[in-house]
Amino acid sequence: MRITCPHCGPRDLVEFSYHGDATLTRPDSASTDQDVWNAYVYDRANPAGEHREFWQHSGGCRKHLVVTRNTLTHAISGVDFAPGKRTGRKRS
Amino acid sequence: MAEYSAWQVLKNAWRGNTGWKPAWRKPDPKPDYDVVIIGGGGHGLSTAYYLAKNHGIANVAVCEKGWLGSGNIGRNTTIVRSNYLLQGNTPFYEHSMKLWENLSHELNFNVMFSQRGIINLCHTPAQMDDTARRGNAMRLMGVDARMLTPEELGRRMPGLDLSPNARFPILGGLEQPRAGTARHDAVAWGYARAADRRGVDLLENCEVIGFLRDGDRIAGVRTTRGEIRAKKVAVCVAGSTGAGMKLAGIDRLPIESHVLQAFVSESLKPLLDTVVTFGAGHLYISQSDKGGLVFGGDIDGYNTYAQRGNLPIVEDVMAEAVTLFPAAAKVRLLRSWGGIMDMSMDGSPIIATGPLPGMYLNCGWCYGGFKATPASGWCFAHTIAKDEPHPLNEAYSLDRFHRGYVIDEKGQGATPWKH
Ligand SMILES: Cc1cc2nc3c(=O)[nH]c(=O)nc-3n(C[C@H](O)[C@H](O)[C@H](O)COP(=O)(O)OP(=O)(O)OC[C@H]3O[C@@H](n4cnc5c(N)ncnc54)[C@H](O)[C@@H]3O)c2cc1C
Ligand SMILES: [Zn+2]
Repeated sequence: MRITCPHCGPRDLVEFSYHGDATLTRPDSASTDQDVWNAYVYDRANPAGEHREFWQHSGGCRKHLVVTRNTLTHAISGVDFAPGKRTGRKRS
Repeated sequence: MAEYSAWQVLKNAWRGNTGWKPAWRKPDPKPDYDVVIIGGGGHGLSTAYYLAKNHGIANVAVCEKGWLGSGNIGRNTTIVRSNYLLQGNTPFYEHSMKLWENLSHELNFNVMFSQRGIINLCHTPAQMDDTARRGNAMRLMGVDARMLTPEELGRRMPGLDLSPNARFPILGGLEQPRAGTARHDAVAWGYARAADRRGVDLLENCEVIGFLRDGDRIAGVRTTRGEIRAKKVAVCVAGSTGAGMKLAGIDRLPIESHVLQAFVSESLKPLLDTVVTFGAGHLYISQSDKGGLVFGGDIDGYNTYAQRGNLPIVEDVMAEAVTLFPAAAKVRLLRSWGGIMDMSMDGSPIIATGPLPGMYLNCGWCYGGFKATPASGWCFAHTIAKDEPHPLNEAYSLDRFHRGYVIDEKGQGATPWKH
């Protein structure tokens, strides 16, 4: 498997580290709703097909990426930089 | 079908081996059963056997989409052990070990269970302490364990690189002497034959493609061989759990599917008579009765349903094998393959009622479900028959994640690709 880093170009899988499902939205950190937090931490769609997932080009430019990849074929259909700010997250 | 015995072998040899019968029937599906089990892997087959044997429920069908044993039960590196740390795990796996110790007799099928021991190597003083702690925890819970010195390790494994100049010098190891290996296919075939003899219908080439409902309740399955109604439906599909449960409208579970690769070398003369694991990375290796080195390491580490992995893990695992046994550098690899693991969020399994009425769920086996095959079926059969878990699988509930009672041996957190 090779991932085309938007910054560095096509690179071997060994240069990247995996950070899982990229479709989850982190709840508001002020939220005390257990169900919402539990769903975020533990529940996964785990699709057989297209999956949006975080990778970091840890052996290269160190950018965080969102990769769209088919879990049945490993074919990659899109790579973008991960958005810097996640929705729902407040900083004080 | 007659009992297998030395006498049968002689008698059939005398008759030119024309007298053997198939080990199980190939029945057509009946319209309804008391229990339908989805998945003819080790756990589905052992569940069927213990439902019939322990609970007198033999009106059971096992629906398998391919042939029996075509999943992970026929793909694993066959290690059987009960060297766990945590209370939720140890009694369950030790129960499994006790079932293994009598399994060939129980099933009248030689599963080639070989208690050659497992040795976990340690490479740092901290790892020695941590490992001794696990050994002590095991002994407190009645499991055999002992620490080995480098001298003892050298006598046990003459090929092992014990040089103090090694990149990760070996300081000692923890042995569970009763651990070992078994012939994986034979376990599937043995349970299949024993379940069939008690009246269970084993339905091969019978893929479940949907569920039947009575209101909220699951009332059977739609399969490629027609509809089958059932009072209870048990899901036992290991790596396909995510896809399988979506058919019932369960879109999210604390499970991710990942690929684990395994490797076997060409046949060698006897080199290794135990199972050994490398502690500065992840490698487990043993030698099969045919002489091949059988080994594996980490999962590839990204979500996948493809039964094949990538090269970085191959390189990693080979490097670790050669680090432990430098002589292995000259050995050629014969085959490699992959299997899809149902990685749970805490690295421990789920054996529970639900999540829908009329449904029962068995999954989350990660790398380690082969050793669990007997106890998993034993406990799952109890859970299905009594509609509540046995004390041995009470901790393996599905809602433990939401209640905060995770069983995380590695203390890794909700990162299934790292378990
Ligand atoms: C490479 C590798 C090495 C391993 N090494 C070890 C080890 O050393 N020790 C250890 O303890 N464990 C090990 N494991 C883990 C162990 O093999 C599994 O945890 C265990 O086999 C899973 O349970 P099972 O046997 O029931 O699964 P499987 O044999 O995978 O059974 C599931 C069955 O369900 C069927 N199925 C799926 N979907 C459907 C459907 N819709 N309809 C009908 N049927 C369906 C599949 O075809 C399959 O036959 C290893 C696994 C792999 C892949
Ligand atoms: Zn890059």
